[in-house]
Amino acid sequence: MAAAKGGAVSDELEKKIDFKVIGKSAVRVDGKAKISGAAQYINDLEFGPGLLFAEIVESPHAYARIKKIDTSKAEKVTGVVKVVSGKEFPFRFGLYMHDRYVFAQDHVRFVGEQVAAVIARTPAIAKKAARLVRVEYDVLEPVLDVEAALQDDAPLIHPELAKYQHVPWFFPKKNSNIAHFRKVRKGDMNDGFKSADFIFEDTYTVPRYAHCSIETHGAVGLFDHSRRLTVWAASQSPHTQRHLFAEALAPLGITHKDVRVIAPFVGGGFGGKAGVSMEILAAALATTVQGNPVKVMWSRAQEFYNTYQRQGVVAKMRVGVKKDGTITALEQKLHWDAGAYVEYGANVVNAAGLSATGPYRIPNVSIDSVCVYTNLPPGGPYRGFGYSEFIFGLESHLNEIAKKLQLDPVEFRLKNAIAEGDTLNYGGKMNPSGLQECIRKAAQEIEWGKKTVSSDPKKATGKGFALFWKAPAMPPNASSTAFLKFNEDGSLNVLVSAMEIGQGFLTVMAQIAGEVLGIPVEKIRVETPDTDRNPYEWQTVASHITWSTGNAVKKAAIDAREQIFDTVSRALGKDRDSLYLEDESVKSKREPAFGLKLRDFVINGIMMKDGTWRGGPIVARGMFMPEFASAISDPETSQGGKPNVHYTVGASAIEIEVDRETGKVRIPKVVLAVDCGKVLNPDLLKGQVTGGMVQGLATVLFEDMRFSDEGKLLNANFTDYKIPTAMDVPDEIVSIFVEHAQPDGPFGARGVGEHTMIPAAPIIANAIEDALGIRLKSMPITAERVALALLDRK
Amino acid sequence: MMKKSISFQLNKEMRTIDVSPNEGLLEMLRDRIGVKSPKCGCDRGDCGTCTVVIDGKTVRSCLVLAIEVDGSELTTLEGVMNQGQINPLQQMFLDKNVFQCGFCAPGMILSATELLEKHPHPTREQVQEGLAGNLCRCTGYTPIIDAVLEHGGCKGGCRE
Repeated sequence: MAAAKGGAVSDELEKKIDFKVIGKSAVRVDGKAKISGAAQYINDLEFGPGLLFAEIVESPHAYARIKKIDTSKAEKVTGVVKVVSGKEFPFRFGLYMHDRYVFAQDHVRFVGEQVAAVIARTPAIAKKAARLVRVEYDVLEPVLDVEAALQDDAPLIHPELAKYQHVPWFFPKKNSNIAHFRKVRKGDMNDGFKSADFIFEDTYTVPRYAHCSIETHGAVGLFDHSRRLTVWAASQSPHTQRHLFAEALAPLGITHKDVRVIAPFVGGGFGGKAGVSMEILAAALATTVQGNPVKVMWSRAQEFYNTYQRQGVVAKMRVGVKKDGTITALEQKLHWDAGAYVEYGANVVNAAGLSATGPYRIPNVSIDSVCVYTNLPPGGPYRGFGYSEFIFGLESHLNEIAKKLQLDPVEFRLKNAIAEGDTLNYGGKMNPSGLQECIRKAAQEIEWGKKTVSSDPKKATGKGFALFWKAPAMPPNASSTAFLKFNEDGSLNVLVSAMEIGQGFLTVMAQIAGEVLGIPVEKIRVETPDTDRNPYEWQTVASHITWSTGNAVKKAAIDAREQIFDTVSRALGKDRDSLYLEDESVKSKREPAFGLKLRDFVINGIMMKDGTWRGGPIVARGMFMPEFASAISDPETSQGGKPNVHYTVGASAIEIEVDRETGKVRIPKVVLAVDCGKVLNPDLLKGQVTGGMVQGLATVLFEDMRFSDEGKLLNANFTDYKIPTAMDVPDEIVSIFVEHAQPDGPFGARGVGEHTMIPAAPIIANAIEDALGIRLKSMPITAERVALALLDRK
Repeated sequence: MMKKSISFQLNKEMRTIDVSPNEGLLEMLRDRIGVKSPKCGCDRGDCGTCTVVIDGKTVRSCLVLAIEVDGSELTTLEGVMNQGQINPLQQMFLDKNVFQCGFCAPGMILSATELLEKHPHPTREQVQEGLAGNLCRCTGYTPIIDAVLEHGGCKGGCRE
């Protein structure tokens, strides 16, 4: 492990290098359930013969006024229990801004928006009756393009925008389609461009993308006769969902205490199952059929068009550089196609705006990150949270600049790479980071500078390089908590409410508790939560769970340890300071012969000579909130706040072979070097690198969301929206871990889940440029686009 | 519609059930028999997460009518266990931490099992082809491919 520059190394890492559990590839605690079919997902839960099914009536128009909804025919169908529409739920809600509705009210704003629902005894009856609901619309001209939406005479998609409640760090512009405008100003742009020898300007575009979890969204709501609302959901955010359900349904007299969210295993999240999207339907519909559970399962098509989509962006940038490659100024104008509702997506725009310089030391910065309403499906969180989007343009552009300056793209990046202590865009200081080391190691692994030649004259070869960074985007007071409780045999239950979404969260929490308490992972149970039983967690997003919930679990384990020492010293008169935990026992540094198994006292305590007992069940708690964070800053410059808790950085490199006729790309090797602080479980981290890289490569090589001129998504299925199969993976994916400890992370760890997909698009764009001399400035870069570009050149 | 009685072997147990002519196999297995390992990911044969084995061949159960399995032998993930214990291929997947969310695992394991029956010592290409019908969004496939290759006796892939 390398020591961090500036000496800010976590004490623990310095003191203890002989970890028993941390840093080892522990087998997943949920592994056996998942390979045996025992793991239960939302649609595997049983609700008995009373279960009802809801079918949603959807808008066929991108923008229209609802004139009339006639449900009378549907209500007459045998087996239909209830037909519900917007009039039952005239409430607005949302995560960061209240601009969303349970059902459309007077207007529909995207194709597929929920207008009404039929609740019936069987899915087939619900489907049949939903077709009988008649909705009359006044069709309006939709706004489908972000630049069109920004025109002065553009129709207003949310005329009441100024009335919407939102977090204090959003700046909507009234009488426009701008829901949020994040402005960053650092240094002096005039000086920055004046001191530059060259200014390079260009525009890059990134379309929308879909998460494509293999499990679609689903939720079951039950509003029982005691007016208790329970929702089972495929969820990344059980507590936030409970909070939003309680907030949205408060007019019905429902309070937080009445709402319970139970989250079984999740079949893939990637941001899509964060916040509240379709889950509100299960919660709201349940209140209309009291006493009966009601299920809402999204079809694959609905999964594409009515959850969250990754937002598209048009990025215009100007970069000032000196001849020697020093970047003097960066101007970015990011226009985000945020869709019909931005209650979550506006924070993607915000996060990207704060960080759109990438991991570079740039003294003069001007960033406008603009969240624009359009009549397309709602944008929202997707692994990378805005960073994948701006990094495509930025890293493509910087590569072009290096080429024009006749500088090596890797040397150019090394020269400008951010380091610990450098000033961030909003004024804070950069955290410990091994970025230089990541760059060097990635370059070495891909044999940067060594030109490969294909034996096939039809194939051209090239290499691409890019840097990445990302910080968790979250409210400054996003917090995590944990409970620990022992069982009679000394085994342990860890209760947390962050979600296992595949990343291995449960396993890493067991490792953290096990390390502190001297208990092997196999004797620790960590499961997915029930908000009634498990303590608070904000959401499983932002790559902040290992860090934040990890800190909470570590504190809870230390709390347990202190209770254990207290009991032992009180009952047996042992010197408290000499006690330590090892091999499921309490031991003493002073008395090597002493050893008391945890199982002998963690429930029943220790019996004294007179037959009385000391101690009792050990129940511990831990909480973590980053008390140093603040989202409040000058709206004109973003200076003054501490919106980001830390950045995780890295570098990625690729070698490709591209067919000069078909444009098809083959990938012999791709490398990703990342510094996420102390590696807690190498297997799981490698899983994040491999999976994230393939998901990222898919956005640039295959996936392509197509909308009709009327705003209808044309490829809402896996036949027409291609995600990779086992045939489409690179021959070799190399993970490199550089470990500069995060001072406030558990054992020195910081976040990494999203980062691994962020550099995938620009490494491909840069490798294609290297191979063919063609710069493609719009994603995706499919074989077809490459082939057409080659034809154009001829 | 007239229901018809069908009989088939499911994980070595004889089952008889009345089905409608339009009833899907996946629906019947999950909702009426309670076998939950085959999942529904797309309901149109694209994703492979509903994979089951009918008479020795992997099939997407969302594309099959229940009535078609009359007289057949069916195996789901529940049926590949060894007397309540996971089998050696499952053990390999477990030890290597290959799956993440696990939603594709039941289908993927059945496809890998079929592939290894056909090619006990597969090449990398054979494994990629054998698993190409099962979509996975978490893993990037590589850990799954590597584990199947190792199970087949050749790390990195056997030669033809």
